[in-house]
Amino acid sequence: MTILVIAEHDNIALKAITLNTVAAAQKLGGEVHVLVAGYRAGAVAATVANIAGVAKTLLADAPQLCEGLAENIEATVLSIARQYTHIVLPATTYGKNIAPRLAAKLDVAQISDITAIIRTDIFERPIYAGNAIATVQSVDSIKVITIRGTAFNPVSADGGSTPIQVIKAAAAVPSVSFVSRNLRKLNRPELTSARVIVSGGRGLGSKKNYAHMLGPLADKLGAALGASRAAVEEGYAPNDYQIGQSGKIVAPQLYIAIGISGAIQHVAGMKDSKVIVAINKDPEAPIFDVADYGLVGDLFMLIPELVNALHVYQKK
Amino acid sequence: MKVLVSVKRVVDHNVQVRVKSDGTGVDIKNVKMSMNPFDEIAVEEAVRLKESGMTREIVVVSAGVLACQETLRTALAIGADRAILIETQEELQPLAVAKLLNVLITRERPQLVILGKQAIDDDSNQTGQMLAALAGWSQATFASKVTVEAGFATVTREVDDGTETLLLKLPAVVTTDLRLNEPRYITLPNIIKAKKKPLERVTPQTLGVKVEPRLKTLKVAEPHKRSMGIKIPDISTLVEKLRSEAKVL
Repeated sequence: MTILVIAEHDNIALKAITLNTVAAAQKLGGEVHVLVAGYRAGAVAATVANIAGVAKTLLADAPQLCEGLAENIEATVLSIARQYTHIVLPATTYGKNIAPRLAAKLDVAQISDITAIIRTDIFERPIYAGNAIATVQSVDSIKVITIRGTAFNPVSADGGSTPIQVIKAAAAVPSVSFVSRNLRKLNRPELTSARVIVSGGRGLGSKKNYAHMLGPLADKLGAALGASRAAVEEGYAPNDYQIGQSGKIVAPQLYIAIGISGAIQHVAGMKDSKVIVAINKDPEAPIFDVADYGLVGDLFMLIPELVNALHVYQKK
Repeated sequence: MKVLVSVKRVVDHNVQVRVKSDGTGVDIKNVKMSMNPFDEIAVEEAVRLKESGMTREIVVVSAGVLACQETLRTALAIGADRAILIETQEELQPLAVAKLLNVLITRERPQLVILGKQAIDDDSNQTGQMLAALAGWSQATFASKVTVEAGFATVTREVDDGTETLLLKLPAVVTTDLRLNEPRYITLPNIIKAKKKPLERVTPQTLGVKVEPRLKTLKVAEPHKRSMGIKIPDISTLVEKLRSEAKVL
């Protein structure tokens, strides 16, 4: 049994989720290889070679792999795919974009967003926005899997010393080309790996309120900012802040839901948080069903009070 | 240009599903079914392309039981021109649907196939990518903006930390994200008109596709329940609880 992990990176740095993906791969119990497909990504391969428990680091380095286009990554992985029993990717927009293409080319089912490994061929995955957990068995010879990062604790980024083997990149697929990228600058922790998340919903009422109420609280807690779909649709927060079935899945130590009613689609994205705090003026809001600590009241009074209380507490 | 859109009949997104006590699945008897929300966005986008003169015909496809006809009629009422039902009682998984659609696109020769990014029942997020791979086409998943011009599509995609834009040579596959558009309400006259639009019925057998499931569902269970939380009276109690009880501060 040999397992291939496809590393997510931006040619400069390895994305942290790769460490969770390697952790899931190790749980399968075979030899783990990690592929870095990119352009001028030697430094990323060097980082991967340091990961504890990786048996081999593969590097495919070519201009057509620069932007992580699914067509080109798929073609390159396909050339080595049949040497593996499992191919594992993170269930991020990167992994979700590539994995099904690979599976279809190999004529195997793909298993999406797994949260547990029962056996090398049996996995758990949430369905219906996390309202049910399906245990599924793959009958295919190669299992192409995406893993939910929050369900697997990351492996250590160092302690390993693996040889780097260069493999050939497949020729560029001519029917698609990269035009541009518009990335949001982060001055806060990254949402999916943040220890604390402060998240706002429609109850905030405006973009200005979102910033003025949540910003200081997030600063105090060193937290990432999140949002419900309603808040994103109202334009209070950017799209990539969205937490839920159609946004990001998070599981921080502390999740503070402010002015969020708790629709099933939102809860699907945060209910595995260790501690959930809800602040909402409606005592009947469904968010209180999943909150460990619920506070009924006006967020415009309570949030500044909370910021103050944290200030006093942190000074102690 | 012809556009093909695939739509799925799923449990309505407002329904809180219940897991069956025997662990075989979720109980969807007597539950409201609707078009998958991402597929509504896909149909809307196709109709907008037609309204802007970029598309001549919109063919909408659904695979599943006979009742999927209702979903197709909804798509016709939004503005699709004709419908194809691939009728089967079998459980259809993404790979099977992708193969069925792949056969249809060799027959229909659309320049663009639009699908939802995922269905809200199985939450797989696979079919569009699989279809693109099988057809040997390029793909733009999680689309939030699509423009079509002179045999090319420019698509802006939602990615984890922002957006990116790709240029695809047609034919291609696009899957829709929430931000792509706001689907229109269906009007009564359009519902009536939709009843007269053609709806063809085929089967996986007539398309020559084997659809048996490749993933066996062994069990479906309730998710781990969170222990009952408490309501607390004020901020100082909250801070105290987070500190001493939850130990997260």
